[in-house]
Amino acid sequence: MFKEYDPLKNKIFRVMDDSGKIINPKWIPDMKVEEIVTAYKKMLFSRVADLQIVSYQRQGRIYTYPPNYGQEAITGAAGAAIRQNDWLVPAFREIGTMMAKGVSLKEIFLYYMGYEEGSNFKNASQVLPVSVPIASQLLHAAGIGYAIKYKDEKKVVFAFVGDGGTSEGDFHEALNFAGVWKIPVIFIIQNNQYGISTPVKMQTASSSLAVKSVAYGIKGIQVDGNDFLAMYRALEEGSRLCLSGDGPVLIEAVTYRKGAHTTSDDPTKYRTKEEELLWEERDPLKRLKAYLISKDLWSEQEEEKILPQYREEVDRQFQEAESFGEYKKEDIFIHLYSEMPDDLLEQKNQYDRFLQWKESRFNNQKK
Amino acid sequence: MNMVNAINDALDIKLYDDKNVIVYGEDVGVEGGVFRVTEGLQQKYGVTRVFDSPLAESGIVGTAIGMAVAGLRPVVEMQFCGFIYPAFNQIISHATRMRNRSRGKYETPIVIRMPYGGGINALEHHSESMEAIFGHIPGLKVVVPSTPHDAKGMLISAIESNDTILFMEPKRIYRAIKQEVADGKYTIPLGKANVLSQGSDVTVVAYGAMIREVQRAMVMAKEQGISVELIDLRSIYPIDRETIAKSVKKTGRIITVTEGPRSFGVGSEISQIAIEEAFLSLEAPPSRVSGFDTIVPLPRGEYHYMQDPYKILYEIERIVKY
Repeated sequence: MFKEYDPLKNKIFRVMDDSGKIINPKWIPDMKVEEIVTAYKKMLFSRVADLQIVSYQRQGRIYTYPPNYGQEAITGAAGAAIRQNDWLVPAFREIGTMMAKGVSLKEIFLYYMGYEEGSNFKNASQVLPVSVPIASQLLHAAGIGYAIKYKDEKKVVFAFVGDGGTSEGDFHEALNFAGVWKIPVIFIIQNNQYGISTPVKMQTASSSLAVKSVAYGIKGIQVDGNDFLAMYRALEEGSRLCLSGDGPVLIEAVTYRKGAHTTSDDPTKYRTKEEELLWEERDPLKRLKAYLISKDLWSEQEEEKILPQYREEVDRQFQEAESFGEYKKEDIFIHLYSEMPDDLLEQKNQYDRFLQWKESRFNNQKK
Repeated sequence: MNMVNAINDALDIKLYDDKNVIVYGEDVGVEGGVFRVTEGLQQKYGVTRVFDSPLAESGIVGTAIGMAVAGLRPVVEMQFCGFIYPAFNQIISHATRMRNRSRGKYETPIVIRMPYGGGINALEHHSESMEAIFGHIPGLKVVVPSTPHDAKGMLISAIESNDTILFMEPKRIYRAIKQEVADGKYTIPLGKANVLSQGSDVTVVAYGAMIREVQRAMVMAKEQGISVELIDLRSIYPIDRETIAKSVKKTGRIITVTEGPRSFGVGSEISQIAIEEAFLSLEAPPSRVSGFDTIVPLPRGEYHYMQDPYKILYEIERIVKY
């Protein structure tokens, strides 16, 4: 596959067309029909969650959030391809894959509500917290890859970055280290066309982002990121290569961020209605749904039936997060060092004395 | 044994001890590092445990974070203090935050070794002493040995710690001081200062290569009948307030001797500690002997910038007479 779709040929890997019709039967992934339906339902759930989070944010119940809307085939396919003992190194627009690894929606809510506790994934192992400084996390993925190889483990690292991140020095350093070390890392670029407001053509003069793999001496491929079947197949193939010692791999997943960069961003300032409509045609859920309906594996009725259940589930987890309780101020101090330095302990005690003073001085006055 | 041998010995002991210890950086493998600190280790432990990395400081620290999270204990080298800045983002944004960010789920036991300091007639960017900017980073420990004995014990402690530690090596005295160093494994706790000489008139706090300069000044001060108490700080952060406070309460006077720029420096922090902890004992304002707030001059002008026994003696006499 990586040979047939050598990035120097400037060919994009697709399995279905925009209407969900199979156009590349050779590369249909070897998935059971139930697995595809399950993956679709997870993508649907992640979309419902994502849209609801944005509405919670509008209601002032959650802080800044980066929507995943329109990119669910990538994170859904990664969620289906990643195994329990594989590592996930997210950027910050991968809730579908995080949930597949066992991160709860409640934890995702907690994080965006402003609790660090949301990154202490209770039921997910080998998932790093989201990384805000762009592309810096790719080096962590390379380090994990080295550890896997050193310990001779059969694991793969799934590492995410956006199109803007490919301009960062750490992107270069990570791919370069990974290439030299020949480690089992799949670097996945979610090319959603914009880094906040800056279009890809302002990020690079390269013919694609996948082509960058050539210079690092690693395998690369450009995939239609809104085509679930193609994404899954490419990731599965990447995983297989990594496990047989032929990693790392770079996958450019071409997609479109239907939402804003974050809830603080207004995309109407930098993109046109026409462009949005064009990408609406290529919506990843619409395409996979059309495919499933054509195979009699799914129906509008089933979707209508399941949507309210999903909304209810999202709301239930949101309410659980909302009732998480007070922020424990001790937690600010205790996780900096394996043992709290005396100086830090004194700063904490000083703050406690201040709070006691404030309580006695001002709360008494109110009474 | 000199400091280079002592650090090499500590690395050797920990590489032997613990299969999770990995040593890498620029030129540390085949060549054994530009200062030969890692000499012979690759031959002994193989290329998967001691190796040359690509020339990229952010890459070195960033990958160390990933390794640490996945259970290894990387000991990486920055070739010079002046070249650490590309790695600054990985240190301040990730290495020192991972435990806090994940509420204790992930730790980053990393040692970043780095020669620092001037006085070796080097090119630009090879003479900096920027410990203060690292002392300011929450979650990081910054330590500086001043003798071969301390270097070995402190480095073993650092490698065994679950925290991220910047281990700054005073390259000016890499080979200048020789002393007996105990065989085998021993540790020196990080965060504790060491009172090197008891005295009654003035406390001098220094670390790294500055200790030797202060000791030379003390010989001249003694001829003037001045008794100096010398504290080797050893750890920039956590800082040993207790030892500093106890000494200033006794002598009533304090001078710090540091190599880096003066403003917002380690000396400023120590002065503040003296004021907070021993205000009523002070008989003179806390004083700083330090570099200027300038760029370290190239070798022809460097002696103007460096602290030497005369600058230190001048300040000792001034503060004692205050």
